[in-house]
Amino acid sequence: MSFDVDVVLRRGDRRFACRIAPAPGLTVLFGPSGAGKTTVLNMLAGLVRPDRGHVRVRERTLFDSAAGIDVAIARRQAGYVFQEARLFPHLRVRSNLRYGARRAAREGALIGFDEAVALLELKPLLDRWPRTLSGGEARRVAIGRALLSGARFLLLDEPMSSLDRNRREEVMRTIERLRDELALPMLMVTHDPGEVQRLAGAVVEM
Amino acid sequence: MSPEEWTVVWLSLRVGGVAVAAALPVAFALAWLLARGRFPGRVLLDGIVHLPLVLPPVVTGWLLLLAFAPAGPVGALLERWTGETVLFRWTGAAIAAAVMALPLMVRAMRLSIEAVDRRLESAARTLGAGRVRVFATITLPLSLPGVLAGAVLGFARALGEFGATITFVSNVPGETQTLPLAIYDALQVPGREPAVLRLAILSVALALAALVVSEVLTRRSGRRLHVL
Repeated sequence: MSFDVDVVLRRGDRRFACRIAPAPGLTVLFGPSGAGKTTVLNMLAGLVRPDRGHVRVRERTLFDSAAGIDVAIARRQAGYVFQEARLFPHLRVRSNLRYGARRAAREGALIGFDEAVALLELKPLLDRWPRTLSGGEARRVAIGRALLSGARFLLLDEPMSSLDRNRREEVMRTIERLRDELALPMLMVTHDPGEVQRLAGAVVEM
Repeated sequence: MSPEEWTVVWLSLRVGGVAVAAALPVAFALAWLLARGRFPGRVLLDGIVHLPLVLPPVVTGWLLLLAFAPAGPVGALLERWTGETVLFRWTGAAIAAAVMALPLMVRAMRLSIEAVDRRLESAARTLGAGRVRVFATITLPLSLPGVLAGAVLGFARALGEFGATITFVSNVPGETQTLPLAIYDALQVPGREPAVLRLAILSVALALAALVVSEVLTRRSGRRLHVL
């Protein structure tokens, strides 16, 4: 069992509703921009609080309006890869990757540091500053940082957007490896039918 | 320069340094409240913080005098707790300088706190950091250049303080006579123009150096705030 989500959120006169049924592998949130896909990821990570509904991931309830449960952001163990990477500009790649190490040590690490560096081919980047990275490199570092934070699931917000074809392929292969080698529940936002075709185990249309 | 002039310079640096060190945590807390706080009376607090910037310095000095006089609310407390007074003392000059420097420091720090990308803070929280750790590892380091720039600017302002100081703690050589007060004093006596010139040049040099350092720090912080 991976994602079990049923949430409703009202913002002004707009209403977002999303239902995600448990499915193995990678689940894709698919739809036009403005449909609230990123908002759904934010609700899973705890950055946005739904008006009502529930969020359960791998049997653990993170939010349940009826039961009054709302797990703090820091304790949700969501590996959130933001669309803009959001690497910490004042820390080198190595320190960015280690930022979540405390929680990983406490909760049990999914993957070791060296293992993640090898998997994502980050070794040559470790001593670089985030501003010197290309878009694809920054994405890979962001994925590594999320993996190394003791995450129980991954949230990927358009991980291939604004990348050229080669970089896109590089990130896509990375995601496939994560899906197959780590068996980690992943929820990915995209509006590219090709990515859906290639990666998705289940599709939620918004 | 004469030994008296060196005394003036040393005293000015000490008054300015102590003033900035004392004002720094207060200024940062105020800047944080004004940048991030959502509470009733925020506009009023903003106004009060900026008051010394627009009020005639003589009025600020007089208000300090009222507060710190032996019978005044703060002065009476100080007297009871420490048996000391700050009137006619260098500590009083530091208080006047701190109050006058505070608005400038708060302004610079507030801008730098507002410039911190809050999306980085939420990213840190998804990685397991609590509020304190987010502040210590993300917000503070990213706003640090602006905080330092504010402190340097405040130091320059403290060195130049005149009106509030002379009203509050008078012009006592070796105790409250900082650079501007010494220049003013020397101007009253015929034949001391060379001393005025030396002290004035020193003032310009210190002020210019502070402005350059502050500008460099501000630019550096601007460059480092890119997200991707």
